[in-house]
Formats: sequence, C-alpha cells, structure tokens
Amino acid sequence: MWDYVKLVVLGVVALFGAIAANYAHDLAYQVNALVVMLAAGVTFLWTIRTMGEPRTVNANEYMDGVVRAGVIATSFWGVVGFLVGVVIAFQLAFPALNLGNVTEGVLNFGRLRPLHTSAVIFAFGGNALIMSAFYIVQRTCATRLWGGNLAWFVFWGWQVMIVLAATSYVLGGTQGKEYAETVWYIDWWIAIVWVAFLFVFMGTLIKRKEPHIYVANWFLLSMILTVAMLHIGNNLQIPVSIWGSLSVPLFSGVQDAMVQWWYGHNAVGFFLTAGFLGMMYYFVPKQAERPVYSYKLSIIHFWALIFLYIWAGPHHLHYTALPDWAATLGMVFSVMLWMPSWGGMINGLMTLSGAWDKLRTDPIIRMMVVSIGFYGMSTFEGPMMSIKAVNSLSHYTDWTIGHVHSGALGWNGMITFGALYFLTPRLWNRDGLYSLRLVSWHFWLATIGIVLYASAMWVTGIMEGLMWREVDANGFLVNAFADTVAAKYPMYVVRGLGGVMFLAGSLIMVYNLWMTVRAQPEKAGAGAAVPAE
Amino acid sequence: METYTLLRHFADSWALVLLTAVFLGVIVWALRPGSRPLHDEAARSIFRDDTKPAASQKEA
Repeated sequence: MWDYVKLVVLGVVALFGAIAANYAHDLAYQVNALVVMLAAGVTFLWTIRTMGEPRTVNANEYMDGVVRAGVIATSFWGVVGFLVGVVIAFQLAFPALNLGNVTEGVLNFGRLRPLHTSAVIFAFGGNALIMSAFYIVQRTCATRLWGGNLAWFVFWGWQVMIVLAATSYVLGGTQGKEYAETVWYIDWWIAIVWVAFLFVFMGTLIKRKEPHIYVANWFLLSMILTVAMLHIGNNLQIPVSIWGSLSVPLFSGVQDAMVQWWYGHNAVGFFLTAGFLGMMYYFVPKQAERPVYSYKLSIIHFWALIFLYIWAGPHHLHYTALPDWAATLGMVFSVMLWMPSWGGMINGLMTLSGAWDKLRTDPIIRMMVVSIGFYGMSTFEGPMMSIKAVNSLSHYTDWTIGHVHSGALGWNGMITFGALYFLTPRLWNRDGLYSLRLVSWHFWLATIGIVLYASAMWVTGIMEGLMWREVDANGFLVNAFADTVAAKYPMYVVRGLGGVMFLAGSLIMVYNLWMTVRAQPEKAGAGAAVPAE
Repeated sequence: METYTLLRHFADSWALVLLTAVFLGVIVWALRPGSRPLHDEAARSIFRDDTKPAASQKEA
C-alpha cells in the first residue's frame, strides 16, 4: 500500500517537473525542473523494480548503510568543493580564467563562488554532519536509527538539493544572500529534508537504551534544531511565480540585512561549530581511547555556546544602517564567546592528557589535534575581528576570507578528515587503514596549505585595509581600488598554491580510503558477517 | 504602547533575567555535588555498544 502511495507521489512530481520545465521563465528554473523530473523518475523506477521484495530489518544491527553512503558522499563533495575553490582562487589571481568569452559568464567568479561555498559548507560539511549524526546517535543510544528508510530519504534528499543548487548557481539562480543563495523552491526542499533529519535524530534519541544522552548528541541536536529555525526565518520569501526562480523577501532594508546575518553567523555557529563539536566530542575520545577530559566542562561549554552564539550576528553589520546598540550587542556577545570556545578547545586537547605519545604514532589523532588547534585559533581571531575598531580595518578585506578558511579548512576540514579515517575501516569492517604514511602526507599537505592560505590572506587583508584608508596631507585618498588589486597579486598566487596543496591532500585521502575498502583484509575475529544493506 | 517598545522592554527586563537565571542554573546543576560519578559514567558510555545495539533497556 505504502509503495503505491509513493509511486503516485513520485509520478505526480515527475509530471509536475515536466510541466514546470515547459513553462519555466528562466534557464536555472528550467534545468532544475528537469533535474526534479529525472530524480523523481529514477526513484519511481527503482520503487517499481523493488516492489514486493521481502524487506527484513534487523533491529539487532545498526543501520550503517546510510553512514557508508555518507562517507562516500562527504569525500566526493569535499574534492569537488576544494577543486572549485582552487579554480576561483586562480580566477582572482588571473582574471582571464573567468573564460568570459567562451562560457558567457557561466563559469565566472560570481557564479562559481556560491558554488564553492555551498559545496564545501552544505555538501561536504552537511554530508559530514548527517553521516556523523547517524553514526554517533546510534552508538551512544545503543539502538538502531528510528524511522526505517527515512534516513535514506534524508541522504538522497540532501544530494538532490546539492545538485539542484549547483545547477541553479551556474545558470544564474540566486537570492543574493550569502550562504543562503539557494532560490525559494530549493529552500522549501531543504526545509523538508531537514525536518526529516530532525525526526530521525529525535526518534532515535527517544527510543534510546542508554539512560543518559551523551553530550555529542546535545550539540548535534542543537545544530539540527537551530539550523531549521534559521533557514526558515531567513528564507521567508514570496515567489514571484511558481514557474520561476525569482522571489521577494518578506523583510526589507536593514531588517533583511539583520535577519540575513542572524542566519549567516549562526550558520557558522550552529552548522560549522556546534555540529562539528558534536563530532569532536565523539571521535576525539574514541580515537584517543580515553573519555573526554571533563564532562562537566563539556556541559558548560554546550550551554554557554548556545546562550551566547545566537546574539553575535550583528558584528557583520558594523558601521551600517543597523542601530549602534545592536552592533555593540553583537560585538559584546562575540567577545564573550571567547570563553566557551576556549573551554571547548581545552576540553578537546586535554582529552589527550596522558596519551600525548599518540601524537607521534597516530596521524589521525594528529589531524584531530590540529583541527582543535585551528578551532581555538579562529575562535580567537573571530571575536577580535568583531571589535568595532578592528572591524573598521578588517571588514570587506581578505582578512575575513583568511579567517573563514582557517576555521573551515583547519577546524571543519581536519576534524572531518579525522572522522572519515576513523569511520572507513569500521564501517567496511577492515583491519585498519590502508596506509598511515599516506595519512601523514595528507596531514602535512593540508596543514602547510592552510598556513600558506591564512598567512597570505592576513598580508593582503591588512595591506588593502590600510591602503583603503590612507589619505594624503590634503585629505584625499591616496590609492585607487585597482591599486589594491594590483598589490595583492603575489599573495593571491600563494593562496592558490595553498589551495592546491589542500586539494592534493584530499585526493590522497580519497585514494587511501578507496584502497582501505578494496585492498585491506577483513578485520579478524569479527563474529557475524555484516550483511550488505 | 507600540509593539516594538513593548517587546523591547520585555526583552530588556524579564527575558534577560530569566535567560541569565537559566544559564546560571545550568552551570550550578552541572557542578552540583555528587554529579561526578554520573558524569564519569556518561563520558565512558561511548566505549560500549560499538558494534551492536544493546539487547535491552539499561538502568540509570
């Protein structure tokens, strides 16, 4: 019966996609409609082909198939996102690479930049979070995922979202909101998938067999809940037509800007920080084989982060039409965030106390420690940049981009790599990784790449900030904007090279993970074979 | 009174006091005497049930 309902829904969606492609007002919408039609059609066929097959669900096993799929998706989108990042870094250094005459703007910086940010944050980071959440919540609740195939809906729904967003961006679909560029119908789809994610996670928590909810789950749940709230709040838009990408925001002017940065900063705070802290609080103790340094500190870390982060957004709008009191509030809360951030960093690092020798022998631990180090560094830099006097120099310069990348490459990237190295042998039941030497290569390439990236951006950022504000004796500006662009050229090349190193490291990781699954022997002594799902 | 003023006043007074009190309460609760064994137990819970779900409900 349920299968028939699914077939009817999928058929209607595919038909609607075809109709929408026919009536489309713009190219991005038309291509998206075709993607929807194809996705619904393929799912329709798959449902028909598998109808009537007996389905056995073994409640005595964890649902790891969807986590394995998450490992593959995270690695794949990671490489794609880093590659686009390298391309746009070199586009900034060598503008000819925009290929304006050849591609008519489809591959220019303005289109590829949201593709890069969304690919690394939502495709790479999002898949990492979904994968980790599904793995962690099962182990710490000692129960199988709730909701049966709903977890698979979340996984595939998220991949469809990524493909829709990517094709929409390069064809010019955008809302013009940073990190929320996806147009209105993709926003609706994200909301549906995300609420399904919430149901799977909550359902598993509710049927848990452990009395206590482990702290990693608190962070992950706060991530899921807050992102749902932020996403819906920031995307209150009225579509101009159901046959087009355009929509009109409900808020206007400075209110819209404030809602956007309330969303934008908390996307950093809850998606890229709270969610990844959930990963840290599980994977670091597991890999170190020691419980977290202080569980009490982790609880205080959690609540302090939750209470403070949500107010920090206005620091993106210093010296704008936003009232002064709101900007000051944002600044004060950002500075206060120093405390929980560093408390969390200390908690993560001190988990290794008594096991520091592992830093020498275990490159995965080394990766996780460097990731926590970058967490500490970027959560020091961020509050500093939110102070109005510093912000007046740093805002709109490359310093901001350097700050974001030391957080995203250093903290989010490295902890995700650590999690992938942790998960792959376990999920495929392999006797350890294929090569620890290759992990070391990845580690050094990535670390040096980030250092090159961040230091190049510090130099260009501070330099261009100072050049912009330089006035001569008569009060005239000394430099034209183009002067700063010319002056930044060498650092842009260095930044691009840092990106190449980071990308090369991630390719080594993919090879290593692939060979772990292909060539490593099965783990000995693992009693019952794990059936393929 | 217009809505903005009303909400602003509420946010500045009762909401602020309530949120601060909840926050301090959480910290005091985390640090309460006698919580250490519970927290140590929770911190070690990740080393159980690694490969298979638990057979039955565990006691607190």
